[in-house]
Amino acid sequence: MSDITATASHFQAHEDHGHHDADHKPAFFQRWFMSTNHKDIGTLYLIFAIVAGIIGGAISGLMRAELAEPGIQYLQVWTKLMGGAPDFDTALHMWNVLITAHGLIMVFFMVMPAIIGGFGNWFVPIMIGAPDMAFPRMNNISFWLLIPAFSLLLGSAFFSGGTGHGAGTGWTVYAPLSTSGSAGASVDMAILSLHLAGASSILGAVNFITTIFNMRAPGMTLHKMPLFVWSVLVTAFLLLLSLPVLAAAITMLLTDRNFGTTFYDASGGGDPVLYQHLFWFFGHPEVYIMILPGFGIISQIVSTFSKKPVFGYLGMAYAMVAIGVVGFVVWAHHMFTTGMSVDTKMYFTAATMVIAVPTGIKIFSWIATMWGGSITFKTPMLWAIGFIFLFTVGGVTGVVLANGGVDNYMHDTYYVVAHFHYVLSLGAVFSLFAAFYYWFGKMTGRMYNEFLGQVHFWLFFVGVNVLFFPMHFLGLDGMPRRIPDYPDAFQHWNSIATHGYEIMAFSMIFFFINVFWSMFAGKKAEGNYWGEGATTLEWTLSSPPPYHQFEQLPHIGDDHSH
Amino acid sequence: MAGAKSHDYHILPPSIWPFIGSMSALVMASGGIMWMHKAAFGGYVFFAGLIGVLFTMFSWWSDVIREAHAGDHTPVVQLHLRYGMILFIASEVMFFVGWFWAWFDFSLFPVALELKDGATSIIEGPNSITHAAGIWPPKGLEVIDAFHLPLLNTLLLLCSGTTVTWAHHALLHGDRDGLKKGLWLTIILGAVFTSVQAYEYMHAPFPFKGINYGAAFFMATGFHGFHVLIGTIFLIVCLIRAYKGHFTPQQHFGFEAAAWYWHFVDVVWLFLFVVVYVWGGWGAPVHG
Repeated sequence: MSDITATASHFQAHEDHGHHDADHKPAFFQRWFMSTNHKDIGTLYLIFAIVAGIIGGAISGLMRAELAEPGIQYLQVWTKLMGGAPDFDTALHMWNVLITAHGLIMVFFMVMPAIIGGFGNWFVPIMIGAPDMAFPRMNNISFWLLIPAFSLLLGSAFFSGGTGHGAGTGWTVYAPLSTSGSAGASVDMAILSLHLAGASSILGAVNFITTIFNMRAPGMTLHKMPLFVWSVLVTAFLLLLSLPVLAAAITMLLTDRNFGTTFYDASGGGDPVLYQHLFWFFGHPEVYIMILPGFGIISQIVSTFSKKPVFGYLGMAYAMVAIGVVGFVVWAHHMFTTGMSVDTKMYFTAATMVIAVPTGIKIFSWIATMWGGSITFKTPMLWAIGFIFLFTVGGVTGVVLANGGVDNYMHDTYYVVAHFHYVLSLGAVFSLFAAFYYWFGKMTGRMYNEFLGQVHFWLFFVGVNVLFFPMHFLGLDGMPRRIPDYPDAFQHWNSIATHGYEIMAFSMIFFFINVFWSMFAGKKAEGNYWGEGATTLEWTLSSPPPYHQFEQLPHIGDDHSH
Repeated sequence: MAGAKSHDYHILPPSIWPFIGSMSALVMASGGIMWMHKAAFGGYVFFAGLIGVLFTMFSWWSDVIREAHAGDHTPVVQLHLRYGMILFIASEVMFFVGWFWAWFDFSLFPVALELKDGATSIIEGPNSITHAAGIWPPKGLEVIDAFHLPLLNTLLLLCSGTTVTWAHHALLHGDRDGLKKGLWLTIILGAVFTSVQAYEYMHAPFPFKGINYGAAFFMATGFHGFHVLIGTIFLIVCLIRAYKGHFTPQQHFGFEAAAWYWHFVDVVWLFLFVVVYVWGGWGAPVHG
């Protein structure tokens, strides 16, 4: 990598094209539709994720409106609006469509594009001192494949999914509901949407791994890499090795649906539980794919605002590697109620609990980083501390659910919904907002408004806790997930949860005002606006960085801290 | 920061191919869905999209070859390409893990299934849906003799692994004639393999539809066959490039990537041969 003597002559020839003038930007269409620039592609990913997040978040608003009271309030109205038959079954199918769309959109089109495609693209090359990604052109197809994928998923709402319009299979797309239970084109569209999104992520994973292994600046050894880069490296391996298994699983769905195979059809010797194994062999690494980059972001932010290097850097890096490795051998804890043997349950219970160890290392190391630090509570730090607090709550309920015996009672209740929203909506999403405020000035060249940012944080924090904490009680009381109606006994906590959604939605107004106001009228951002605590390479550049940074590669000295 | 760059990474100009490729993928996927649901013109839309995808691949990789000849592929960029290909093959391996998983699920935890006159039924009995009474392969199913054409195919692919290595060594020693001969032989062996596989499919004694054995057999070996086809096309491209005078003993990653891919499909076949043909059909009546 430090061998830069090879062919200096042909770079001179390129100078004539003007491509290497550091701040020369291509014209509009070339810049945004034909991009080979990691920062522009990262921006495209972030805009895409915000749009998808608005759609996915609006769908959860519909769900909370319906769940605010017992009985079916709105589903039939919405079904009519979508042009469907106004009968009861079609209305209930509408519910399945909503939960499916919410799950798929938030996982594949909001969290993953934002955290890996957006922040990963923007900051991994900069943090390792590289001028761009290893495959800048392939980087762009990773983004553009999301457009057809998202179009197919949204379009599936307008085609028959069996009982009514839209794919009502749940984000897990379990057979036989997704095969013999859902005639019509809708589920095929959802399946091919996942194929395309998967191809996008696999290509992205190849790109990130190659970039991180091959393009580190002279002196930037693996053990000096910022933890965000470590987190994306581990995430990319999880993507690379788990997504193809999902591709095989949903290809079998496709052939079962359309070509008469019986992979998941017991009448032809097939096995519906096979689908669940294949799905969760992907699906469990997938949840770490969504959270690991968040871990990396939190490490950067906690260190910056404590003005201290991360406590136990190596332990933090290898804890993520351990989570990634063990994350591949715990998948069946999602399937405790499928009738697996007690021995199998015991193994998956034990293996799952093992993951609490590296996760605990991370939580305690963040606390130890703050300990004795000179802490400033700027908006990104608030989100980071919120993350640590709420992710721990979700982690603890995760240890509860890891028990195969306990899970017999908890499975498919709102306790599970509370658990995974604490680690994702209050974990991954908090890390996304933390990163957004942390790097907003670096990406746009203008500072966000601190007051609006803090109002957003506190309202959002209160809102999501009021929204999700009561779901623990509902789940312990036995309220099943994925059902739009419930007995009157569950009304109290359900109406409170819906009010929590309202607070959360209200807080987002402050977010959007802040983004638009700051983008045009915010204070100009300096190169390193966080000061001495911010030590990674993006803070050595201007805000925003030049179109092509590091035309002269930086040298990382021995004294460089993480 | 302005000024000449002093690193040897490849900073690319804007390219339209990712955009066109993605939109073609949308057309192809939509056409495929229309076709499967027997909508008008579904097949035409699918093939229009497919042509777009193939055109994108051709144009994109043509650009890559042009860039290689322009000297953009410095040693570190060649290393990128190596990493990229290895990682791509790793993801392909995991794709096949999915199909083998289905095969092992059906064969290690079999149900009591009977194939009679092309129709599948569960054998009624006290334990018919538990694995205790399971039979694998399903009762009444005749398997393909592993030591007949499949063994021939194994030998064909193993042999093609040696001829592609011959081509590689010839290239390394500047023997262009040997490179072409080795590639020709590899391509011919690959084409014979595909033909034998097609013959075997046409005379297969069990159906694709309605039975787990057929589904797992045809999809696993079918995806392998599809990969052999891709690998053969890759090698044909290398042969054409060899005739055009591409590749030097020092720099010929396009050839190496094709060879790696070829070894990968070879290894997958060895697993298919052992697991699906030999072990998976053990003890069952053999067809013909």
